Amino acid sequence: MSTETQSIEELAKREYKWGFTSNIEADTAPPGLNEGIVEFISAKKKEPKWLLDWRIKAYRKWTEMSEPNWAYVTHAPIDYQKISYYSAPKKKKQLNSLDEVDPEVKATFDKLGISLDEQKRLAGVVAVDAVLDSVSVATTFKGKLAEMGVIFCSFSEAVLEHGDLVKKYLGNVVPYSDNFFATLNSAVFSDGSFCYIPKGVRCPMELSTYFRINASNTGQFERTLIVAEEGAYVSYLEGCTAPMRDENQLHAAVVELLALDNAQIKYSTVQNWYPGDEEGRGGIYNFVTKRGKCAGVNSKISWTQVETGSAITWKYPSVVLQGDNSVGEFYSVALTNKRQQADTGTKMIHVGKNTRSTIVSKGISAGRGQNSYRGLVKVTKGAENARNFSQCDSMLIGDRCGAHTFPYIEVANPTATVEHEATTSKVGEDQIFYCNQRGIDTENAVSMIVNGFCKEIFNELPMEFAVEAQKLLGISLEGSVG
Amino acid sequence: MKTVKEDAGAILKLFDAFEKECNGTRKSWVHELRQKARARAAELGIPTTKDEEWRYTNVAPLAKRAFTRPAPAKSLAVKDIAALLPPGLAEARLVFVDGRYTEALSNVGSLPKGVTLSSLHAALASDDKALRAHLAQYARQNDHPFVALNTAFLLDGAYLHVPKDVEVESPIHVLHIASGGEGQLAHPRNLFVVEAGAHATVLEHYAALAGGTYVTNTVTEVSLGEGAQLDHTKLQEEGAGATHIASIEARLAGKANFANHNVTLGGELTRNDINAVLDGEQVECTVNGFYIANGTQHVDNHTLVDHAKPHCHSYEIYKGVMDDTSNAVFNGKIFVHQDAQKTDAKQDNKHLLLSRDAEVQTKPQLQIYADDVKCTHGATVGQLDADAVFYMRSRGIGRAEALRILTFAFAEDVLKEIKHQAMRAWIASRVHERMAHTTGLKTR
Repeated sequence: MSTETQSIEELAKREYKWGFTSNIEADTAPPGLNEGIVEFISAKKKEPKWLLDWRIKAYRKWTEMSEPNWAYVTHAPIDYQKISYYSAPKKKKQLNSLDEVDPEVKATFDKLGISLDEQKRLAGVVAVDAVLDSVSVATTFKGKLAEMGVIFCSFSEAVLEHGDLVKKYLGNVVPYSDNFFATLNSAVFSDGSFCYIPKGVRCPMELSTYFRINASNTGQFERTLIVAEEGAYVSYLEGCTAPMRDENQLHAAVVELLALDNAQIKYSTVQNWYPGDEEGRGGIYNFVTKRGKCAGVNSKISWTQVETGSAITWKYPSVVLQGDNSVGEFYSVALTNKRQQADTGTKMIHVGKNTRSTIVSKGISAGRGQNSYRGLVKVTKGAENARNFSQCDSMLIGDRCGAHTFPYIEVANPTATVEHEATTSKVGEDQIFYCNQRGIDTENAVSMIVNGFCKEIFNELPMEFAVEAQKLLGISLEGSVG
Repeated sequence: MKTVKEDAGAILKLFDAFEKECNGTRKSWVHELRQKARARAAELGIPTTKDEEWRYTNVAPLAKRAFTRPAPAKSLAVKDIAALLPPGLAEARLVFVDGRYTEALSNVGSLPKGVTLSSLHAALASDDKALRAHLAQYARQNDHPFVALNTAFLLDGAYLHVPKDVEVESPIHVLHIASGGEGQLAHPRNLFVVEAGAHATVLEHYAALAGGTYVTNTVTEVSLGEGAQLDHTKLQEEGAGATHIASIEARLAGKANFANHNVTLGGELTRNDINAVLDGEQVECTVNGFYIANGTQHVDNHTLVDHAKPHCHSYEIYKGVMDDTSNAVFNGKIFVHQDAQKTDAKQDNKHLLLSRDAEVQTKPQLQIYADDVKCTHGATVGQLDADAVFYMRSRGIGRAEALRILTFAFAEDVLKEIKHQAMRAWIASRVHERMAHTTGLKTR
C-alpha cells in the first residue's frame, strides 16, 4: 500500500503556510524566572496586591514541584531559566479606535484571516479578543455584549475592571497548585480572556479569541476564565497559528470553565501551531491544562478540539460533573505528522447523580507521528446512575507512526454504566480502489476517507469555525474537511 | 513526594538461611542466577503505589512484614487433599506443599515416552539440558521486583518438558498447596516447555489448608516451539488471608497455539502479571480471565500481549464479578511492533458490580506501531441487566436464582474456552460453589 502513503508523505513535506514573523517592538522581560520576574509581570499589568500574592504563592509552590514525565512523549529538557516570561507589543499610545491599531499587527491578523474591522466583519457575529503574544490588542463587539451584561475582555482588563469577579472565580476549577505547568502558568500568566455570562443570558454570538505566538523565545502563558451563571449559555472558540521558529516554544495555558445551575458552555478549539520541520526541530510544546466544572444541576460543558499543530501536544480537557444531571462531552480529532507527538484525551469525573459523559476521540497518525489517547473516566461513590460512553478510534497512515490508547476507568458505584471501545485501522486498500474506480484520485480519496473518519467531530464544531477548521486541517491533509 | 519503592530487606534477609538449604548447588549456574537476582531484587525493592504498574495495588506493606521460610511440611495423605483433586484428572499430578515437592501426594505414572514431568528441584539436581536452556530465559527477573525475588529464592516447582511432536492427552495437574501459616513466604517456580509440534494441557492450581496471612510469590515460564499447543489453566483458590503474586511469561514460536485461562477465586490480595510474546508468525494466543471477589478482596490482573511478528491473532476476555468492598484492577496491554503487520488483536474487559462499595479500575491499553493491523478493545462496568432478571422472575425463577444463572452465564464466556471437558466441568463447579458464598447473589 504505497500510494496513499506517498500522497501523505507529499502533504507532510508541505511548508508551513502560516510561517511568517511580524516585526513589532516587544517589551520583553529578560530570560529567567524568579520572584522579581513575577513582580515585574504583575507591576507591568498594574495588578492589585491579592493577585500578586497569588502569583507569588504559585511561584513558590512551583519551585517545589518537578516536571511530570509520565506522558508518552519525548523532548529535550526545557530550561525554564532561558525563557522570557513577558513580552508585549509596545503601546505607543492609548488606542481609541481600530484605525489606530499598529498597521503591522493589523496586517498579521489580516494574513490569518481575522477581521478586526467591525465594519467589514466577514465573520459577522464573532467577537474577537485578539491576543498578540501576551497583551490584548483590540477587542470588538464589546458594546453589543455589554448591553446584555456579558463581560468579554482581556484578562488584564478584567483584573482591573472586574476584580471582584476574577478574585471570586480565579483558581476555582484549576487551583494554583494543580500541576507543574498550571502552577507555572499561575505564577507568570500574562494575559488571556475573561468571559462572564450573567444569569439567564444566552450569549448572542460565538465568542472567539485568537492566540498567536510571536516574539521568539517567549513562552505563552494565557489564562482563560469563563463563568456561566445560572441558566446562561455561551459558545467559545479558540484558534491558533504560529510563525515558524527553530527553537521550541513552550506554551502552558490554563483554561477554566465554570457552569452553574442549568448553564451550558461549549468550548471549541482549532490548534495549528508550528509542528516543527521534517526532523522535528522547532515546533511548539503545547502543555495545557483545561478543565471545566459543572458545578450546578443540569449544567453542561462540551469540549471540541481539532489538534493538527504543535511538536508536542499534551492536554486533557476535563469535566468535573459535580451537579446532579450534569453532562460532559469531549470530541477530539488529533492529527500527528512528521515527528509530531500528541498525548491527549480527557478526564470525566462523575460526582453528582445521573451525570452523563460522552467521549469521542479520533487519532490520525502519519509520517513519524506518535498519537496517544489518554483518558480517565472516574465514577465516585455517590454518583448514582452515572453513564459514560467512550469511543477512541485510531487511524494509521504509513508504517513509521504509532497510535496508542491509555484509557483509565475507575468505578466505585454499581449503578454506573461505563463503556469504552477502541479500534485501530488503516485506510483500506479496497476503499481507495473503490474511489479510484469512480475517478477520484488517491489523494482525494484519502482525504475523503479521513474526513469521513472525523465527521462526528467536525459536526460538533460551530458553523463559524468550520471555515477555519477546514483551512487549518488542509495543511496536513488537503481537502479532508469537505 | 513519596518514593516509588520500599526496601526489600525484610524478605531478602531470609536469603542467607535459604543459601544454606541450597548447599550442594552453591557453585552451580543456577546459584549464580539466584545471586544475580538477589542483587537485582535489592535494587528494585518493593514497589509502592507511586509506581504506575502498581498504582492501584498496594504491596508496599510487604516491606514492613516479618516473614519466615515455610518449615518442612507436615505429612499429608492423599485423602487430606481429596477435595482439591478434580475427578478425571488423576493421571498426572505434581503436588507441592509450601513450595516443596511432595512425592507421596504426586503421581507421574503414565506419560508418553520422552516426556519429562518432575519437580524442578530434581531436574536441577540431574542437570537436565532442556531445563538449563529454558529456565529464567523468559521471566523478567531484571525488571519485575517479584520475579527477581522469586528467582533469588528459586528452588522448586513443576517442570514439564514435552519433546517434539509428542501429544500428551491427559491434563497435568500441578497443585501448589500452602499450609497457610502466618508470615510464610513461598516462591514456587514452574517451567513448561512444549517443543515443536507437541501438545499438552496443564492445570496450575493454588490452594491452601488454612487462611493465615501468608504470601505466595510464583513465577511460571512457558515456551512453545513451532506449531506447539498448550492449554494452560491457572486456578487460584488461596486462603482468605493470602497475598498471591504471580507472573506467567510465555514465549511463543511461529504457528504456536497458546491459551491461558486465569481463574481467581481466593486470596486476599491477588496480582497476576500474564505476558505473552508472539515471537513467530501465525501464532494464535488466547489470554482469558475470570474472577469473583467479595469481602475486602483485591484482584489485580496485568496482561501484556506482545505482537512481535506479523500475521498473529490474539484474543483476550477478562471478566470480573465484584461484591462487598472488593476491588478489581485490570490493565491489559496490546503491543504491536512495527513489523507486526496484519496483526489481529481483540481485547474485552467486563465487570459486574454487585454491591455499593465494590470498586473497579480498568485500563485497557493499545500501543501500536504498525499500520496494517486490526486492533480493538472494549471495557464495560455495570450491573446485571434488569430486564433479563425480570424476564426470569416472570417465569417463576426466584431472584437469587436468576442472579446466579445470569452471573454464571457471564462467567461462561471465559470458562467455555477451557478445552479439556472434565477440567472445564470441575472448574465450573468451583465457580458455582464460590458464587454460593457471594452475598450479592443471595439476598438482593
